[in-house]
Amino acid sequence: MIKVEGLHKSFGKLKVLNGIDCRVAPREVVVVIGPSGSGKSTFLRCINLLEQPTSGQIYIDGVSLTDHKTNINAIRTEVGMVFQRFNLFPHKTALENISLAPLKVRNLGRQEAEEIAYGLLKKVGLSDKAKVYPDQLSGGQQQRVAIARALAMRPKVMLFDEPTSALDPEMVGEVLAVMKDLAREGMTMVVVTHEMGFAREVGDRVIFMDEGLIVEEGTPEQFFLDPKNSRLKAFLSKIL
Amino acid sequence: MEVVRQTFHIMLIGAAATLQITVISVAIGCMLGLVVGLSRLSKMRFLRLAATAYVDFFRGTPLLVQIFLVYYGLPQVLRDLQTYLMDSFNMPQILTQYALPVFLAAVISCSLNSAAYIAEIFRAGVQSIEKGQMEAARSLGMTAGQSMRYVILPQAVKRVIPPLGNEFIAMLKDTSLLSVIGFEELSRKGQLIAGQTYVAFPVWLTVAFLYLVMTFTFSRLVDYLERRLKTGD
Repeated sequence: MIKVEGLHKSFGKLKVLNGIDCRVAPREVVVVIGPSGSGKSTFLRCINLLEQPTSGQIYIDGVSLTDHKTNINAIRTEVGMVFQRFNLFPHKTALENISLAPLKVRNLGRQEAEEIAYGLLKKVGLSDKAKVYPDQLSGGQQQRVAIARALAMRPKVMLFDEPTSALDPEMVGEVLAVMKDLAREGMTMVVVTHEMGFAREVGDRVIFMDEGLIVEEGTPEQFFLDPKNSRLKAFLSKIL
Repeated sequence: MEVVRQTFHIMLIGAAATLQITVISVAIGCMLGLVVGLSRLSKMRFLRLAATAYVDFFRGTPLLVQIFLVYYGLPQVLRDLQTYLMDSFNMPQILTQYALPVFLAAVISCSLNSAAYIAEIFRAGVQSIEKGQMEAARSLGMTAGQSMRYVILPQAVKRVIPPLGNEFIAMLKDTSLLSVIGFEELSRKGQLIAGQTYVAFPVWLTVAFLYLVMTFTFSRLVDYLERRLKTGD
């Protein structure tokens, strides 16, 4: 589903990614962990070209993202993204946030787009918040709307960039629950997170990044019970 | 004062002309300013440079000089251009008279000037919107134009209302410069009345008062709008 080969990314002189190779199979849930500054977010943001790779190849469903002929807007409709800070559109209601892209990008009729939006609000447990503006929602509710908004384009892949890091602790659970449901339904997911419980329970594979490289990867069991890399051991000992 | 009472309706006509030219200029300035302001943020280098040069020129030179350039300069440019086209390409003569009507010169110069200031207002407004908004819109597959139109601009518009109000008030006062080319707005009316009657202080005080009524009313209107739009931001 996703194939990344030799991905490098520099911001000026600062090298953030130093050759990432990675594959994600359909229906797989990959959890990316690592210390801050290790490049996990940049890696994720390269997958839908919010950051332009300096070199390397990225393929989504066999289509190269770095090929100039590729329509990047079309690719992005296949790749949903959920941000740490939600980034809901504050001038639009929950319903409008979700239906905007189906209306404008997919050119659906208003009724059809709103049906999709209502369906997704129900899925994330916020049917009663359709007409509410983001500033009237709690952080957890905003993030659930943001997930619904990304799902409205019926993406093949969902990317989560620390989706619970900006939330109050008591709201983390409701967002993780929505993500677990998605995983169970077979959504292909790449999740950057510090939620080790989620990684262990939902992840098919865990990737540890440090200094712009994938240092270790494996199933959650291997990963947490028998870490090989010394930096991973140090990282785990600090956070577990 | 007798003079003021007798000429007050003339000053009102002048005030109406002031208001009219300001509204037209700021309206055109808004449209042109949006284009220039967005060009300043464009990825295309040429557009960016052209827009920057535009803003630099019109903010960096006095409006009075710009009025002269348009009113006295533009007709000569048009004449020379036509002569050149007729001589070199055998184009038929289109313009027989070159002088610009005063009203048109007033609209052109004030709109061009206003657009430069408004461009900066829009640019700042767009840049003040958090980067994540554009990223969220683009990540949904919207084009840059769609993201700007449906996500960024609606939010930016709220934020630019106070500075746009300031620009309107500044322009309303600056239109007094149009008196130098004989455009009969409020200041020109004051000049004419004071010149004919030799009554200066009461006349100019009344002129000042009429400006104040317009700017004061408008700034209260902007305050009100600002408060109403604040909800839901």
